[in-house]
Amino acid sequence: MDVEEIRESILDILRELHEDIDFEAEEKMVDDKVLDSFDLVTLVTELGEEFDVEITAKDFVAENFNSVDSLTGMIARLLDE
Amino acid sequence: MRRAKKIGIAVVSVLIVVVLFVGLQRLVEPKYDGTDDMPLEGNFTAEYYQETTDHDVIMVGDCEVYENIDTMYLWKNYGITRYIRGNAQQLTWQSYYMLEDTLRQEKPKVVIYNVQALEHAEPQRETYNRMTLDGLKWSKTKWDAINASMCEGESMVDYILPILRYHSRITSLSKNDLKYYWQPKKVAHNGYYMRIDVLPASESDVADTAWLLGDSEAEEEEETSDDAEEDLWAMMEEEEASMEEDPDTDETEETGETAEDKGVAFGKTPMQYLDKMRKLCEDHDIQLILMKAPSLSPVWYDSENKQVLEYAEKYDLPYINFYDLLEETGIDYETDTYDGGLHLNRSGADKLSEYLGKVLTEQYGVQDHRKDTGIAKVYEEKYRFYEDMIEAQQKELDQYGEIRSY
Amino acid sequence: MFVSYEFIAFLFLLFVVYYLIPKKCQWVLLLVANFLFYFSAGKFYPIFILVTSLTVYGAGRMMERVDGELAVYTAKIKSGEIPKPSREEKKAAKAKINRKKKFWMLLCLFLNLGILAVLKYTNFIIDNINTIRSSSDGAALPYLELIVPLGISFYTFQAVSYLLDVYWNKVEPQRNFLKFTLFVSFFPQLIQGPISRYGDMAPSLYAEHRLDWKQVRFGLERILWGYFKKLVIADRVSIAVSMLMSDPDYYTGAFVLVGMLFYAAQLYADFTGGIDITIGIAQVLGIRLEENFIRPFFSKNIIEYWRRWHISMGTWFRDYVFYPCSISKPMKAITSWTKKHFGMGGARRVAIYIATFLTWFATGIWHGADWHFIIWGIANGIIIMITGELEPLYDKFHKKFPKLVNAWGYRAFQVIRTFLLLCCLRMFDTYASVRLAIRQFVHMFTRFWVHPVTRQELVDLGLSGADYLILLVGILLMFLVSMYGRNGSVREKISAKPYPVRYAIFVLLFFAVLLLGSYGVGFDAQQFIYNQF
Repeated sequence: MDVEEIRESILDILRELHEDIDFEAEEKMVDDKVLDSFDLVTLVTELGEEFDVEITAKDFVAENFNSVDSLTGMIARLLDE
Repeated sequence: MRRAKKIGIAVVSVLIVVVLFVGLQRLVEPKYDGTDDMPLEGNFTAEYYQETTDHDVIMVGDCEVYENIDTMYLWKNYGITRYIRGNAQQLTWQSYYMLEDTLRQEKPKVVIYNVQALEHAEPQRETYNRMTLDGLKWSKTKWDAINASMCEGESMVDYILPILRYHSRITSLSKNDLKYYWQPKKVAHNGYYMRIDVLPASESDVADTAWLLGDSEAEEEEETSDDAEEDLWAMMEEEEASMEEDPDTDETEETGETAEDKGVAFGKTPMQYLDKMRKLCEDHDIQLILMKAPSLSPVWYDSENKQVLEYAEKYDLPYINFYDLLEETGIDYETDTYDGGLHLNRSGADKLSEYLGKVLTEQYGVQDHRKDTGIAKVYEEKYRFYEDMIEAQQKELDQYGEIRSY
Repeated sequence: MFVSYEFIAFLFLLFVVYYLIPKKCQWVLLLVANFLFYFSAGKFYPIFILVTSLTVYGAGRMMERVDGELAVYTAKIKSGEIPKPSREEKKAAKAKINRKKKFWMLLCLFLNLGILAVLKYTNFIIDNINTIRSSSDGAALPYLELIVPLGISFYTFQAVSYLLDVYWNKVEPQRNFLKFTLFVSFFPQLIQGPISRYGDMAPSLYAEHRLDWKQVRFGLERILWGYFKKLVIADRVSIAVSMLMSDPDYYTGAFVLVGMLFYAAQLYADFTGGIDITIGIAQVLGIRLEENFIRPFFSKNIIEYWRRWHISMGTWFRDYVFYPCSISKPMKAITSWTKKHFGMGGARRVAIYIATFLTWFATGIWHGADWHFIIWGIANGIIIMITGELEPLYDKFHKKFPKLVNAWGYRAFQVIRTFLLLCCLRMFDTYASVRLAIRQFVHMFTRFWVHPVTRQELVDLGLSGADYLILLVGILLMFLVSMYGRNGSVREKISAKPYPVRYAIFVLLFFAVLLLGSYGVGFDAQQFIYNQF
């Protein structure tokens, strides 16, 4: 799975959460409260199932969830590990 | 220059805080003006330092000295200069330190100690401590006196900086806090607290004459508090109207057993301090005399008396027990007490003074200073204050039927 | 603890010696001070804190070692020392190593939470067992007499946060045992918190500090302000509060409302005052502690309130209970299952709801081993969830009336509403039982004028007219300081004023505390409300 594919899958999941948000433009989704805790927790489950990785409390920090890019980076890293 | 300015500002800043601190501290300190919770007795200790002349005789002890011996009578009739350093329930060690403090100022010929306080081996109450000790000038003596006297919960810091103890008075200050800001109310005559009114023992249930005067029937029925004296104080402090026994006082005797002598043994601490007092007098070549005033209450047990007698004999000290001298002195509990037998009024105090004056002059060679113009002048002034007070008290008696402001 | 001559003398001495000794010894002095303080609070207390410190330190080192193994394994693959494994193989190998790490973490976690639980909750459990058994007339179990060391909840939580941070590789483990012990036992925090994070505190805690007069001055000002809040306001109003709570049967109806308002004032003044003293002490020592309160009573809803009140506790539960719980494996399973059966709407909520419930249950029981604290916690959790659900509605409403949102009156309404809501919730915390709290709450509405309450009676709660005046001025002052501090540090603003003004403020505050404070023999100084926790 290359980075572009990961990115697209992540965007799909995000759009499922909120249809009306342009996620590609968001840089601070957590800090600006675009995603609330409901979204974040759901996202962790969804991402875990989609990519067969385990996102633990260790990765559960704002920096990893602030943008589509940072999310992609995290998943790529987890896949690589 | 800038440095000098900085230092100047720092000095001024600190100075302002210090002045405010001291000024506010004096403001919240109790002014013992005789109202409700501020008994006049709180002024005694500090008054001593206003003395300009020395004294041949110093008395130390509790209310049995400062209410029972009329210093002005002694002056007028015997020319004896004498000061009473007594306080409300002044404990034995406090008397010792009071003496130590006095000896730093002057050297008397005779010291008289009233033995009543020997019965207390422990500090009794913070209020008494403060009234006795706050007025002392700062010295190692004061430090030691405080250390020996503190009740549980008290702390030295509260004595060093009284503002810490009294700060909450700031919300309940009265006019008298300003009136007596610079100069406390003068209340005593060389330490003598005078009262001219009368409350016969028979008209009061404060004290029971039975144990002393031997009315056996009364002995059975009546119940007397060992610590009725304390109760009276509790009343003054806590504005309790009743004169009945305070159930909290620790030494309250069981009903009907008051006069029964269970064999009281004086505590170690008071005896130690009595001994220190004796040695201090020896070192300064002062004659120490033990004395017991003829109060109806608290009961003075034979077992207590015996211990004093033994001590006096052992060290060859004179012991004047006024209970044994009721006839010689002519004390009459119907006319000579103002509170039913706890304390003597002026009439009673003068009777004891007459006796003491004779003893002091004849047996211990205490001088007559009436011819000494310097001293006589000072005492003339004192006597005037004394007479004025008698007059004022009489006026109140006539007006209200009781004495209100003394 | 903050209010004793000994403590103030101890502080003064510490401050002076701290800046006189060589700077590299400063942290050692602090460590000594911690243990002196702790020893004087209780002879056996140091043992407890040492056990926690030693075990958490040890676990940290063991986990570091496991991380080392992992690094070696990865390095070996990279260098080709071992043949490149498949993804599955690699995963298994890593999992094996990580299990070791988890083992140390869990062992240490259960040990320390176990100590806390045994000391604080044994009697609570015995009590509950007895209640259940009494219905089947079994003999009652006796209560145990356990030592509960001062601040055990605070230092245990602080140590646990370090443990988990190391486990999650969020901080480098501390290799010096004594330095680590300093972090766990930092004495100002043992009284009322805050619960600091190792990552936040370590840099300034171990650094060498030069005497910085401005920091010292700011620290002292803050300490003084803390004492003002605590001694002049909290301990004064507490007289009325304890009177109201002492006889809830009599003090019902309107008194409940008065009690709740007074208790809010007491809690705020006492708790924020205590934290001011703590942070102030640390500041004088050059150590930076995170803020624990940001004008909480200005919050516009309960969620915001819990972000601004006792922040270090809130974030602790968020980071170490709420999130780990809501993204744990079982929770993920529940989420997926819910999504399959009930769709996205349910899936979004289920994990959060369960985690919220657990978090607030834990928060409640952390405050005290009693059901009324647990109910207090859960009630907060429920209101928070309801608020969360209502948020879209509010958003719609606010979009419809955009002018309203910024109107001063509407904001004030929101603030007061939130304040009153929290006052009501706090009844579970104040009253000794759940039933009593509910009854009082109902009576507040149904029997408002239950007694022929005269004005005099409502006012006479052990306080004099002068006390009320002092309280009024004091609370007003707290309010003004809060307002003044909305756009920048109050002390910075004061610092910009000319010297006589600064000096006058300082002197006034000092004498206000000295004269109006409830301390000394006349007052049985209230223990800080929070140090029982």
